[in-house]
Amino acid sequence: MVNANVEGKKYPATEAYLVGREKIREFAHAVMSTNPVNHDVFAAQAAGYTDVVAPPTFAVVIQERSLATVLADPEANIDFSRVVHGDQRFVHVRPIVAGDSLTSQLTVASVKSLGAHSMITFETQIFDAASEHVCTAISTLVVRGDE
Amino acid sequence: MTHINIVGLEVGQEIGSREFHLTRDSLVRYAGASGDFNPIHYRDDFAAAVGLPGVLAHGMLTMGVAVQVAADWVGDAGKVIDYGVRFTKPVVVDASAGAILTVVGKIGEIHLEAREVRVDLTATFNDTTVLGKAQARVRL
Repeated sequence: MVNANVEGKKYPATEAYLVGREKIREFAHAVMSTNPVNHDVFAAQAAGYTDVVAPPTFAVVIQERSLATVLADPEANIDFSRVVHGDQRFVHVRPIVAGDSLTSQLTVASVKSLGAHSMITFETQIFDAASEHVCTAISTLVVRGDE
Repeated sequence: MTHINIVGLEVGQEIGSREFHLTRDSLVRYAGASGDFNPIHYRDDFAAAVGLPGVLAHGMLTMGVAVQVAADWVGDAGKVIDYGVRFTKPVVVDASAGAILTVVGKIGEIHLEAREVRVDLTATFNDTTVLGKAQARVRL
């Protein structure tokens, strides 16, 4: 069982992640994007961005870094081999663009039990180099209990 | 630039659809791009050992491709400001045939003053809906 006492726990901010132009293109290709602003610098600049724009789900890459710190936390007691992704949401203040240097800070929003299973919801706030809020990633993991 | 006239939109109106052919190559490519190297997404033996019906697409891959329908409609992926889904059913990706994911987008809500539209996405694999409450808020 996930330790319910970690509800409300705030984990330390991650080291800065520098968003590369080719990383965005690689991710865009992987999610089958044909959207010009994801690939083409000129199209992105014509739309008012400084560089190519990350697809709407790219923030998962940043979220994963914060999530890794929780999964490694013995206090949380999350058995990763029993984890299923329940839901996911990204709320953007502005899109992520190439050149962004992003840090993330995760808070355990809630821990609920559902029979033998646990549902744990994380809120990851993502900030740019100027400490401006860029995105909030909200993720719920279902951790299966003993049958 | 978007050329959509928000006043002309109607709730329930279809804004686009697309069929995505997910193959094992797609899964490996997504694993590399996202950093999610869980072997249930590329190893049959591992998937079988943990009791799965086969190698599964990453939920985040299904989520990531489904929103393309909304992004293509608005023309600028950066206008998709809020996007959430529930992962309700797995997408099993056959080693040779892959899997066909069909995504349809419809207008769910229109907010004239905010110039925002909620696009509701339906993602179907083998006649089964695989994402629940897949909603993307788009700024026009």
